[in-house]
Amino acid sequence: MDNILSILIFFPALAGLLGFIVDKDSARAYGISVATIEFLLALWLWMIFDGSNGGMQFIEMVPLIADFGISYYLGVDGISLFIVVMATLMVLLGMIGLSIKKDIKNMIISLLFLEMTMVGVFLALDAIIFYLFWELSLVPMLYIIGAWGGPRRVYAAVKFFLYTFFGSLIMLVGMLFLAYLYHDITGVWSFAITDWYALVLPFKYQMWLFIAFFFGFAIKVPMFPFHTWLPYAHGQAPTIGSVILAAVLLKMGTYGFIRFSLPILPDASVEMITPIAILSLIMIVYTAMIAYSQKDMKQVIAYSSVSHMGIIMLGVFAMNAEGISGSIFLMLSHGVVSGALFMLVGVIYDRRHTKMMSEFGGLASVMPKYATIFGIMLMASVGLPLTIGFVGEFLVLLGFYKISPIMTLIAGSTIILGAVYMLSLYKQTFFGPVTNQENHKLKDLDKKEMMSLLPLVAIVVWLGVYPKPILEPIDNSVKHLVAFMDKKAKTQEAKDIIISTTLIREEK
Amino acid sequence: MLEPINISMAELNLSTLTPMLIAIGGALLILIIDLFKDGLHKSLYVMLTLLILIIDLGAVMGLDVNQRGFFDLMLIDGISILSQALILFTSMLFIPLALTSKRFHEYSYPEYFALFLFMIAGFQFMVSSDNLILIFVGLETASLALYTLIAMHNRPSSYEAAVKYFTMGALAAGFFVMGSAIIYATTGSVELYKIAEVLQNRMNETGLMITIIGGALVLLVAFGFKLSLFPFHTWGPDTYEGASAPLAGYMSIIPKLSATIVAMRIFGMYIDIGIEEIRIAILVLSVLTMTLSNIMALVQSDVKRMLAYSSISHAGFIMAAIALDTTKGNSGIFLYYILFMFTNLGAFSMLWISRHKNSIFHNRFDHPYEKFAGLVKVMPMGAVVMALFMLSLAGVPPFSVFWGKIYIMSSAVDAGYVWLALVMGFNSAISAYYYLKLIVYMFLKDPVNNDGTIYYNISKPLMTIIGLAVFATVTSVFYVQPLLEYITYMVGASGY
Repeated sequence: MDNILSILIFFPALAGLLGFIVDKDSARAYGISVATIEFLLALWLWMIFDGSNGGMQFIEMVPLIADFGISYYLGVDGISLFIVVMATLMVLLGMIGLSIKKDIKNMIISLLFLEMTMVGVFLALDAIIFYLFWELSLVPMLYIIGAWGGPRRVYAAVKFFLYTFFGSLIMLVGMLFLAYLYHDITGVWSFAITDWYALVLPFKYQMWLFIAFFFGFAIKVPMFPFHTWLPYAHGQAPTIGSVILAAVLLKMGTYGFIRFSLPILPDASVEMITPIAILSLIMIVYTAMIAYSQKDMKQVIAYSSVSHMGIIMLGVFAMNAEGISGSIFLMLSHGVVSGALFMLVGVIYDRRHTKMMSEFGGLASVMPKYATIFGIMLMASVGLPLTIGFVGEFLVLLGFYKISPIMTLIAGSTIILGAVYMLSLYKQTFFGPVTNQENHKLKDLDKKEMMSLLPLVAIVVWLGVYPKPILEPIDNSVKHLVAFMDKKAKTQEAKDIIISTTLIREEK
Repeated sequence: MLEPINISMAELNLSTLTPMLIAIGGALLILIIDLFKDGLHKSLYVMLTLLILIIDLGAVMGLDVNQRGFFDLMLIDGISILSQALILFTSMLFIPLALTSKRFHEYSYPEYFALFLFMIAGFQFMVSSDNLILIFVGLETASLALYTLIAMHNRPSSYEAAVKYFTMGALAAGFFVMGSAIIYATTGSVELYKIAEVLQNRMNETGLMITIIGGALVLLVAFGFKLSLFPFHTWGPDTYEGASAPLAGYMSIIPKLSATIVAMRIFGMYIDIGIEEIRIAILVLSVLTMTLSNIMALVQSDVKRMLAYSSISHAGFIMAAIALDTTKGNSGIFLYYILFMFTNLGAFSMLWISRHKNSIFHNRFDHPYEKFAGLVKVMPMGAVVMALFMLSLAGVPPFSVFWGKIYIMSSAVDAGYVWLALVMGFNSAISAYYYLKLIVYMFLKDPVNNDGTIYYNISKPLMTIIGLAVFATVTSVFYVQPLLEYITYMVGASGY
């Protein structure tokens, strides 16, 4: 199956189109079936993927607008493979756990289109195709937040759309400029990212391009101070929207940094380590504090998301194999964990129609299964050893230690701060006596909810104990990338910082 | 004693005139048919017009590139053929929109169709000449016909629209003649290529520069009116609102395209001979136009007025490409117009099929946003189609306008105007807001006062046209390559 990537991208879209015909009572079953097939296809891709090869695999290339250098160009490497698998998994589990009754058919169709764009972003190797899926992903998400969200949903949805759209247009100008430089040097037009890798650019251009790309990616991540759209979007989005947003859409930003900024602009990236690290540290510490002061459970998790994205950013800009591999692993683990946490908040919201912590208390005695799973996910989010959260966080901190021990120390406080707000949330919600009478008659997790959460618990434990099957292919591709950056970097300063060391395999 | 002038028919090269003669002959034919038999149904005239347009298009496609004819007044170069073909093609998409299920005043007169064909002939003359006088004649023929077409919609607001347009058009005509006169005074010619020669030789004469620039600026004002560039755009939204929706859509494309082509010829010449001030003036006008009209579009409460301001903003976007004066920029103009044409005509047609005889949603506007509230619940297909057009206009890939946008932005980057590309990017982001507003109304709000009759005016031919527009908007990525190849060849062949 040489064209498995195309199938992965367009299968959900096709299914979405055909979904218009499916009867609305069967729409949910249809969605789950399609998402299962898509997930199996992604697993199949993982099966036939050669983990020891750090380069691009399953490359497909068809010229689309040849005169302008735009082609349909796909490929997968260790960096993108697992994000795709995770994305398909989260869509599947999100659909299983879907509790929405209103316009369910529209929801399923939007989710399937969203799945196409998400998979497309991570598999595209042509900048314009990347941009195409990147922008297109806004449309279904706008609809999901705007149609099924909370009372201020329209404002949140429009803010989400405009903020990201604005950033990506600046990025588009950067892409056009890169293509122009490529044309200037080689005489041909090309938007292929792999062609751009070959460009060695003057430092001044690198800085400008870095800034242009930064706007596009940083808003998506979202980096401080561009993060303000995210809590709004999370606060108003329905559960499924938050799950997909936190698990997959935010990863597009950090993925963009790894795919574009680092290899195309290595010198500028090294130059920008300190400013970005400072922004990331602010993200980590400041949003953790905000998370602590929230009264709404979902907002706590939303801000903790921003805080964790800060660590991922730090890992990306560690510029060595440990840091980058760690941040990719953390992207996956954050996807799984925050997705699960949003689903868990959704569970309680479905029952009580409130997310305020003050409304709860003592839930552990009423809903033991729920409390257990919440507890496991919470530990993983904090980064307890033997859970999935620990591996990535550890590697990132290890990697960044080589850049700056002091900054690493501050970043390390995330584990403490994370424990503070997460445990305080847990204490207020689950422990103590049941104060609110309404909470007495709450039902524990039903079959549907268990089915969507248990796989995530299994992954959290499995990859926490034994991350090697995933870490190794990631590490191979990252080493490939770092070695390439090392070769390409022009300034000595950059060469000193980019070291393609071997990853220390056994962390535990 | 004057020498008798002998001109052979071969030298006249009358074949360059055939396309326009076909349109004019067709218009006369329609008038004659009306003389013989009254009260024929509009469908007959629509089909006749369509057939005449097809023959006309055939004649255009049969022309050889780069020839002159008719006392060298006619210039058939690549961009002339290209724009004539585009004018005819758009008209072919436009004219079936007359076949609505409800009766409208203007279509019951065969004169409407005759005037329409006269207008097309005018536009065709305009784009295929580099003689200022012939351009002027073409421009006036087309404009006078267009004023009448607008007024024939037969509502008070249409009269207002037509009169407003006429007044502003007359002012623009005055400016055009004034500018041409200044040029004639400095160079002794009205032919652009001769003007360029003379100007180049006299560039260094002291005191002449002010006349040259003055003449060009007066012309620029004339085109500012025609292309509705800020601050000469004030007639635009009122005229669009008063005209029938398809005609408004048509007005946002063809008259502007023709004026853009002429502007490309005239101002391209100035920039070519190295008068940078003209380039700066055009850049300033275009940046102001796209930014300010975008901001004005934000606060509109009527969809048609919003689309009018958005068309003005798109015109500013295109005008910026003229200032670049590169082959890529000029090709970008055509690419943009072609891709924009499908989407914008589609969007206006969607308004057209939702047109009621009486204003039941708002006492001032025909198409307030509230009319489309919750459309996805009432008419899911209609809402999806309209949303597609809006996303395309906002420049969301892979829909058609996006490709035009990046091509023009890319040509700005190539020409060294990265800041211009950034301004274009910012403007696209601003414009996304008001396009999104309609989507929000359609998808995220609940229906108000909607009894399901919103698509009151629908009929099979209209659906076909909209279907075509949707198809062209969605599949644009597959035909941009051949289109671009053809455009670049044609534009390059004519030396722009």
